[in-house]
Order: sequence, then structure tokens, then C-alpha cells
Amino acid sequence: MQQIFNFIFKNSNRLLFLLLLGISLSLTIQSHSFHRSKIISSANFLSGGVYEKVNNLNEYLNLKTQNEALALENAKLKSILFNRKDTTAIKKLDSIKGVKRDDIVVSKVIHNSYNVHENYLTLNSGELQGVKPDMGVINSLGIVGIIENTSPNYSTVISILNKKSQINAKIKKSNHFGSLIWNGKSTGFVQLVDVPRLAAIRKGDTIVTGGQSVIFPENINIGTIDKIEKDDQTNYYTITVKLFNDMTNLGHVYIIKRKDRDEIINLEKREKDE
Amino acid sequence: MNSALLVNIFRFILLLAVQIIIFNNMNILGYISPFPYILFIILYPVNGNKSGLVIASFILGLIMDMFSNSGGIHATACLVLAYFRPSIFKFAFGLSYEYQTVKLNDVLTPERFSFILLSVVIHHFTLFILEAFQFSLILDILIRSLLSTIFTIIICIIIIYLIKPNKR
Repeated sequence: MQQIFNFIFKNSNRLLFLLLLGISLSLTIQSHSFHRSKIISSANFLSGGVYEKVNNLNEYLNLKTQNEALALENAKLKSILFNRKDTTAIKKLDSIKGVKRDDIVVSKVIHNSYNVHENYLTLNSGELQGVKPDMGVINSLGIVGIIENTSPNYSTVISILNKKSQINAKIKKSNHFGSLIWNGKSTGFVQLVDVPRLAAIRKGDTIVTGGQSVIFPENINIGTIDKIEKDDQTNYYTITVKLFNDMTNLGHVYIIKRKDRDEIINLEKREKDE
Repeated sequence: MNSALLVNIFRFILLLAVQIIIFNNMNILGYISPFPYILFIILYPVNGNKSGLVIASFILGLIMDMFSNSGGIHATACLVLAYFRPSIFKFAFGLSYEYQTVKLNDVLTPERFSFILLSVVIHHFTLFILEAFQFSLILDILIRSLLSTIFTIIICIIIIYLIKPNKR
């Protein structure tokens, strides 16, 4: 017994090191596996609060570009509105319940990372605004990412520039589906894999979100085809997609709440159980 | 003794704040970012409590992880650096370093420089390996660690010699 205590006292520093190393390594491994609840995330009170304060200062530097982006988007929406067949009889929309299936929450990016392999954004809206995990995040140019963690006032987003991210996407003109992933190299480009060889594709074709996921609505812009590679072993293309979005400069974003999401998930679950 | 503790707590908070607010937003060439917050571990008193250093570095890394959404990579890297610090001291200053009462914030000698270099290399290499988490990216890891190491060392040395304690 005495010897055990002696051993512990003698090696207390080493034992402490091994214990803490175990904890931190398990946290690391946990963070690398997809969709685990994360304990250490920037959606908490402390880091969310600090990032919001810092962002309040930084915001002034980008006011001009943000204003221009909003004006551009306004112009686009106006042109859709004015080019309706009958401009006098605009359909009444129930603004409380939202249009059709999707509801939108406006939010602001308070922290953005894009220089590591697993990038996350922090937004300044959370559960109190009705944000839940697995909601899609877009801005006026295209998709941004998927909500991962939420706290009462903040939420974290898996950016499309994250090796864990995998989003259903399709080629706009031919409806061939594939998965959108990121190889961790350039912030302007993502990869579309698993597109069958049958698909007729050309450089410059537009890639949009597919309708298969319950996260994003169909036909939201992603980018254009930049490079096409054939994989000789499998019968699939690997396509490099140039993003419409500049992921290094994000301001206001929209979080998409899909009304029928729970219904679809429940239905599919019931299908699986049977 | 008490003032040393206060200085360390102050350094801990100040370095974290500077790292999170300024250096985390620095992306040279898109993917190189310096991590001068490890100065806390480098500048910890030579004859200070070893277990204290290990625990403090773990918390330091954990707070960094919280702010950068990275799981436990900073915590692991800081922990490894804190644990191997005595060995690095022995390597850089010779065996009897404890009796000499090494002062790091003094004129830059080759010994001090090699100590800072080794510490930064160990920390960054652990960090980037854990961040990529696969060996197919080893070239990428090496390039990132090398470039970030250079920037971190430059900034560390600037910080050490700009904010020299006025004890002397």
C-alpha cells in the first residue's frame, strides 16, 4: 500500500499529464466524428459574447461592401417583383406563417474561420429565435453551411469549407445528383463527387442544391463547374466547383426553417423501423 | 512568490485576449496564422510548480479550443509542450539549468533562441497533426507547421523584447 502511494506521489506530474492528455485527445477524436454533441463549442455564453463584441467593432469596416451586397440583392428581388405578369394583383402572403414550406431567420456572422480543415462560423441567433441543429444557412449568393450547435442566443455552423460537410447537390440543367465535399485546399473551390459518367457536363455549368436533403430547399445556387476529372476506377466524375460565395467575407445570412422537416424525418424513420 | 502568481494570471488572460481578438484573425497567405499565446507556457517560471503548469496549459488550450471550435487540439498541443518543457530546457541550456535560474526575457542568446524554437516547433507540429487527423496530408501538415512556426517565433520574440519587464 505504502509503495502504491509512493508511486503516485513520485509520478504525480506524469499521471496528471496522462489524465489530461486522455481528456483532450478524446475531445479531439470526438470533434472529428460527424454530428456528435460538442461540449467545447463557440456557441456558449462566453465565447459567443466575446465574438459579438469584437464583431460590433469590425462591422464598421465592412459597412460599405455589406451595403452594396444588400442593394444588389434588393435590385434582384425588385426585378422579380416588377416582371410579374400582373403587377397590380400581387398575391397576398401571410408574413407570419411564411411562404409555403420555408421560413427564414435573418442572422449575422459574428465569427468566421476559413484557414483550417474544419471551419465553423458563429451566428448571433440561437434557440430563442427558433434556430435548431441541421437547419441550412444561405446568403444572397449561395449556400454557406449547416447549423451544428445552438445555445439560447448563438449558434455554430459547419461551413461548406469543412471536411466533415457533405451536402446533396445537382447539376442545374441535367438533374444529376452528387455530394458536395471540400478537400481542404482552397477557400474558393469545393468538390462535387459521385456524379455518374452518364451526365453531360461542361465547364461553366451551374451547380445548385438538390432536392433530396431536408436541409436545403431545391435550386439554391452553389457555384459553377471549374474543372472536370474522370475517376478511372469508378464510373464517377470528380468536379471542382467554383463557389459564387466569397466564404472569407460573410455578413448577413439567412437560416432556413423547413416546416415539413420533422414530418419527412418521422416518415423515413417509420419506413426504416418496419 | 505571490507577485509571480499574479503576473502569470495576468499574462494568461492578456495573451488569450490578444490571441483571440487579433492573431486569430491574421491569415497570411490564407492559411498561416501565428499562435503567440503559447508564450504563457514558454515564459512560465523555470522553478515554478510543474503540476500547476500542466493544469494551466490544459485550461489555456481548452479556452482556445472553445473559441476556435476545434475540439481538443489546442489543449493537447499545449499539454504536450508543458510536459516536455523541462526536457527542452535541459536540451537547450545544459544539464544544470535549474541552478542557473534561467531568465528568458533577456538578451537573445543562441540557447534562448533554440529553446523558443524547439517549444514552438513541438507545439505547432502536434497542433497541425491533430487538426488534419490523417497521414495522407503529411506534406500539407509540414508546410503549415513550418510557415506558422516562423511567424509565431517572429511574433514571440517581438513580444518578449518589446514588453520587457522593468525589473532590471
